[in-house]
Amino acid sequence: LKSRLLQVLPTLLLVSILVFSLQQLMPGDPATILAGEERGDPVVLQQIRNELWLDRSIPVQYLHWIGNVLRGDFGTSWRIRQPVLQLILTKLPVTLQLGGMAFVFAMLIGVPAGILAAVKRDTVWDHIANGVGLAGLSTPNFWLGIMLILLVSVNLGWLPPSGYVPLGEDWRMSLATTIMPAFVLGNAIAAILMRHTRSAMLTAMSEDYVRTARAKGLPERRVVLVHALRNALVPVITLGALELGTLLSGAVLTEQVFSVPGFGKLVVDAVFNRDYPVVQGVVLVTATLYVGLNVLADLLYRAVNPRLRGA
Amino acid sequence: MKTSFRRPEIGSIEKVEVVDPLTIKLLLKEPFSPLLAQLTDRAGMMLAPKATEAAGDKFGLHPVCAGPYKFAERIQQDRIVVEKFADYWNKANVFIDKITYLPIVDSTVRLANLRSGGLDLIERVAPSDMAAIKSDGKLATTRITELGYQGITINLGNGPRAQKPLGQDSRVRRAFEAALDRQAMVDVVYAGLFTPSVQAVPQTSPFYVPDVKPPGRDLAKAKALLKEAGVTLPVQVTLTVPNNPDIRQMAEVIQAMTGEAGFDVKLNVMEFASSLDAETRGDFEAYMLQWSGRVDADGNMTQFFRTGASNNHQKYSNPAVDALLDRARATSEVAERRSIYAQMWPLLRQDLPIIYLYSQKNLAGMSIRVGGFRPVPDGMIRLQGLTLTP
Repeated sequence: LKSRLLQVLPTLLLVSILVFSLQQLMPGDPATILAGEERGDPVVLQQIRNELWLDRSIPVQYLHWIGNVLRGDFGTSWRIRQPVLQLILTKLPVTLQLGGMAFVFAMLIGVPAGILAAVKRDTVWDHIANGVGLAGLSTPNFWLGIMLILLVSVNLGWLPPSGYVPLGEDWRMSLATTIMPAFVLGNAIAAILMRHTRSAMLTAMSEDYVRTARAKGLPERRVVLVHALRNALVPVITLGALELGTLLSGAVLTEQVFSVPGFGKLVVDAVFNRDYPVVQGVVLVTATLYVGLNVLADLLYRAVNPRLRGA
Repeated sequence: MKTSFRRPEIGSIEKVEVVDPLTIKLLLKEPFSPLLAQLTDRAGMMLAPKATEAAGDKFGLHPVCAGPYKFAERIQQDRIVVEKFADYWNKANVFIDKITYLPIVDSTVRLANLRSGGLDLIERVAPSDMAAIKSDGKLATTRITELGYQGITINLGNGPRAQKPLGQDSRVRRAFEAALDRQAMVDVVYAGLFTPSVQAVPQTSPFYVPDVKPPGRDLAKAKALLKEAGVTLPVQVTLTVPNNPDIRQMAEVIQAMTGEAGFDVKLNVMEFASSLDAETRGDFEAYMLQWSGRVDADGNMTQFFRTGASNNHQKYSNPAVDALLDRARATSEVAERRSIYAQMWPLLRQDLPIIYLYSQKNLAGMSIRVGGFRPVPDGMIRLQGLTLTP
């Protein structure tokens, strides 16, 4: 575990250098964009470049930024003029709530459907689960989002069509505003989880220990849920950790459709407006979360599979 | 405000003298008739001096200005909330206690929010959605012609990409224009709601010259002009298009129409910020650019046409046009200025540094509970007189 944690720092440093260099390759001068319709005025452009250090060399800009980050200062957004850390701390809980709920949806749908498809292999249940899974994978998020808004909000009037209310302010409204985007977001992941659970369960069900458990006369329910599922969960956890990362970044479109002011919307707006400090801050935090989730997945393997504990 | 990017707009002011507590005198460096209009726009918005000084460059986070509402809260990318200002001079005409602005980028989602009752008023409705709103008994619409235009800016002298038949020969540009059917274009893409135009100001502007009308499509003329120019057919043109669904669709219509006249138009669809950057660098041949517009016609013209002007990225230069623009700027009488512009348009129509296509409309949709909404061409929502019945 110690060595895993030691790998984290160089990874994050590399990510920071990559993000910083890659955005220099992006076409579109930040000063021009910030100046808006005043972009033709050289005085305005010079004023912006000077203020934002854009007239210094790239290594100097990077060292200035990373030095501040190490002291806990992520800089100030060029466009919104708020500290980046404050923006991240306001937006991250929104996306974590959305991602968390989406993951719960994905697990609640994907894992049982995968088990059912494996246990009832080649029956009508298997075909239904596969069909639903394929449909989930093939449906674009934004389309499903707009369809749900039209059906659930406009026609039925059950849920607010968009927006967000923080959990602490009114938890009922908070759930009401996030349930549709979370479902949309969780939908595609549920499909992936279902397919992986199914194949992992099929492999586990043909193992010797399952035959032994059956031979001992254990009820089928216990054989499936305790003996086979526990082993089948190892690859599913890996996938879950990877997909949870995807959820954070993949929330972009869903947040756009449902106007949820989360992390995804923050980074998309920042990229389009060339608000580099925000892009850098968001990518660094996302990378940290992603790496953290993978370390967590390593720990979970040990919990579900005793054979890995000595490793 | 020292950090404001709008400062150049009032750069003509040399000195401000306080005459008495309610009167000031502006002394200008030179006669500049657009100033009054500038003062009605963003550059002229009144800020509270003490609050401005105290907040410095963070003023945008806690703005204190003059108006019927005061700033209450702003959650980035989520909402701006304003509350009724009790000491407003005309408070008897302010009826709603609190107003929340929500930025919703997607027009379909905006409309869904209006229809479900989540929002009371939405602006910039997609033209294709207007029919749906009109057919809904609980909703109403308004429309107003905006101040700007949509045009095609042509690179005449900014770097090597200007060295193409389109950039070098005005006959080729006029052939390109003759191939366009502006009415069909707005009918197809904007349900006929926008207005074809060949001027930098909309028909509703006092500076609009009524005699300069959009010509109809004339394929024979287009072909004759290309023949006269002696160019090899098809004439290759790369059209830079900001990545926006309706502008892209418009560009496809242009591609098809000009194709019939002997042009081979390639569409170079780019993310908006990158396209602006490409324009500034001269990395374009023809560019579909929209201008939001200014109240005074000068703001739609001088910076785009005057030799060396700030937004003249196509590097157009015609001393006769420069002289007319300068004369118009120094003239206060509207009718006189219009007659100066009337002399200028034939020159611009001949040179065609920008091929104007149409002027946009700001379409709004609202619940029938909303009353007293008056759309204004500048697009800013006026809250005075607005009512909301429960």
